[in-house]
Amino acid sequence: MTDKTVGRRWVVKRGAVLAALAAAGMVVPKELFASWNKAAFEGKTADEVVKALGGSSAAASGEVQIIASDIAENGAVVPIQAVSRLANTQQIAILVLANPNVLAAVFDVGPDIVPDFTTRIKMSQTSNVIVLVKADGKFVSATKEIKVTLGGCGG
Amino acid sequence: MNRREFLGVLAAAAAAGMDLSARRAGAQTADALYDVPAFGNVSLLHFTDSHAQLLPIHFREPSVNLGIGTMAGRPPHLVGEALLRHFALPAGSREAFAFSYLDFERLSRQYGRVGGFAHLATLVKRLKTARPGALLLDGGDTWQGSGTSLWTKGQDMVDAAKLLGVDIMTLHWECTYGIERIAEIADNDFKGRVQIVAQNIKTADFGDPVFEAFTIRQIGGVPVAIVGQAFPYTPIANPRYMVADWTFGIQEENMQATVDAARAAGARVVVLLSHNGMDVDLKLASRVRGIDAILGGHTHDGVPKPLIVDNPGGKTLVTNAGSNGKFLGVLDIDVQGGTVRDFRYRLLPVFADLLPPDAAMQELIARVRAPYLRKLEEKLAVSEGLLYRRGNFNGSFDQLILDALMQEKDAEIAFSPGFRWGTSVLPGEAITMENLLDQTAITYPYTTLTSMSGEQIKLVLEDVCDNLFNPDPYLQQGGDMVRVGGLAYRCDPTASAGKRISAMTLKGQPIEAAKTYKVAGWAPVAEEAKTAGGEPIWDLMARYLRARRTVPAPRLNLPGLIGTDGNPGIAL
Repeated sequence: MTDKTVGRRWVVKRGAVLAALAAAGMVVPKELFASWNKAAFEGKTADEVVKALGGSSAAASGEVQIIASDIAENGAVVPIQAVSRLANTQQIAILVLANPNVLAAVFDVGPDIVPDFTTRIKMSQTSNVIVLVKADGKFVSATKEIKVTLGGCGG
Repeated sequence: MNRREFLGVLAAAAAAGMDLSARRAGAQTADALYDVPAFGNVSLLHFTDSHAQLLPIHFREPSVNLGIGTMAGRPPHLVGEALLRHFALPAGSREAFAFSYLDFERLSRQYGRVGGFAHLATLVKRLKTARPGALLLDGGDTWQGSGTSLWTKGQDMVDAAKLLGVDIMTLHWECTYGIERIAEIADNDFKGRVQIVAQNIKTADFGDPVFEAFTIRQIGGVPVAIVGQAFPYTPIANPRYMVADWTFGIQEENMQATVDAARAAGARVVVLLSHNGMDVDLKLASRVRGIDAILGGHTHDGVPKPLIVDNPGGKTLVTNAGSNGKFLGVLDIDVQGGTVRDFRYRLLPVFADLLPPDAAMQELIARVRAPYLRKLEEKLAVSEGLLYRRGNFNGSFDQLILDALMQEKDAEIAFSPGFRWGTSVLPGEAITMENLLDQTAITYPYTTLTSMSGEQIKLVLEDVCDNLFNPDPYLQQGGDMVRVGGLAYRCDPTASAGKRISAMTLKGQPIEAAKTYKVAGWAPVAEEAKTAGGEPIWDLMARYLRARRTVPAPRLNLPGLIGTDGNPGIAL
């Protein structure tokens, strides 16, 4: 088994102290709350979410990549990697069409940030998952179906 | 010497002569089968999915192995006559017996048992003599599937693999002993001897690799990369809590990056040791560039010849090497000027009566079994019919399990998982405890009794059916359909997800969506089942069998099939 991970784990453990400080209110990221888009997170369809984020439509783009397992190992925590190769990427959103509220996450991308995010989302059932990218004011997307299954019965 | 003595001598000589000529004939047959001329400069030997069968066994290949969509009508989805025709195997021959279900009972008595690690060891040594430097690759599902492997937590197979000379392996059922047990074996028993490779096992927290993705070995002066691919859906098909800190998946992007990294590190040949299953391997081979050959397993398909798949980077050979120790794959590659020029591939059936057992391996097997021998050899009942498991929808041994579950649990419906391992018992043979454990030896053997609504039952059948017949191989899990007792249904494998199952009835009455039914089962993947106190399936089965001294041939409960006419993956 590999030993590569030890150094990173040590750093992250130390990082957790900072996170704890933030959680305790000693470091308050107030600007995060300022950008909360209530309408987008309450959207029931992809169209509603795109509109709430300020767009009208989102064509498929080969410059947007969604990396995820074809079958979720656990619907409660499905790892999704969203990547944009577009210049001036401003925002990346992750949508799960079969969830009661479609929008799962929004990342605002600053000028010095590589638009490549990994997060974990919750999925109630098999669904198309959309990565929506806003770049240069235009919205584009990539879609992948992720299956949520009952499990068991493997060869 | 009187007349009587003279006749006695004649008889003895005749017997000795007969014996000698039979032995000579056996040796000739063995030479014809196993004298595979060496070819090229890079050789790999491959076995997979032995499911811990240390001794020679009977194993009936499927008569139902349907391919859907683009997978219809091509290997591995050919059975019986269609399979013999495709691979030009003469009916009744040793090869026809090994690769197809045809005339299984009669040919089993004629050609005897197959597999067994002592016989496999002899074959490996024989092939290595002409192939210095050849590597032996183990595709996984090696540590699970027998009583002794379960009771020793895979130690018997770990020791056997080391003695056999396995160089590199990848994983699936091994994971059902838990992460700690795998780490213990990898870091101790296997250290410096057997390397586990898996590009697709990562830590669940940061996605860090758990094993090396590949290893580069020099064979005949050529740097050869062996990339590992563990079973992508281990945490779904098997209990997730057993591998809670690890994540799997096909990880196609990482596969491409791994192959590119192996090439960049100097590999002139890249071989994928895969536990994807054959349909997944065929799709992967069409999309990932730079893999010369995929030595595959998981779906237990004994495929005599490789399929050659085109992709944007060139061509990739895809093989699948069967199961239960029946076969040894031999891939010889000719590498000239740093590129692959040509290859030869054979999938050799291991006939126990043609290969004398290797003494050291035989001794190891005897030692491993000694403490458990009495338990293993207990004769539970005599089977009047042929017992086997393999097949898309049911097998006679599974039907026996379903019948026992319904009887012992007083249930109207029973489910049994669509596992593809499990050996066969010939008509008239005793079902021993060992045979029973060959079907049931898992680390989550709990039996269950559940109240399920008709709607839930439909959902389960549809869900498992989609894992088997989804037209996209990446969404298949490589097991067979859940075996169903009591409940009759129709199945259209060609329909879309959620629409394959229809006409569900119980004793002639339609299943009602809102009504509740008592359903017995076993092998639950939920963690709660671990502490729920469900009786192990082998105890329930042993009780059921001991109470009957003989069991008649089980009557298979098979779904009515729609949309499979003319499909060469079925012969009913």
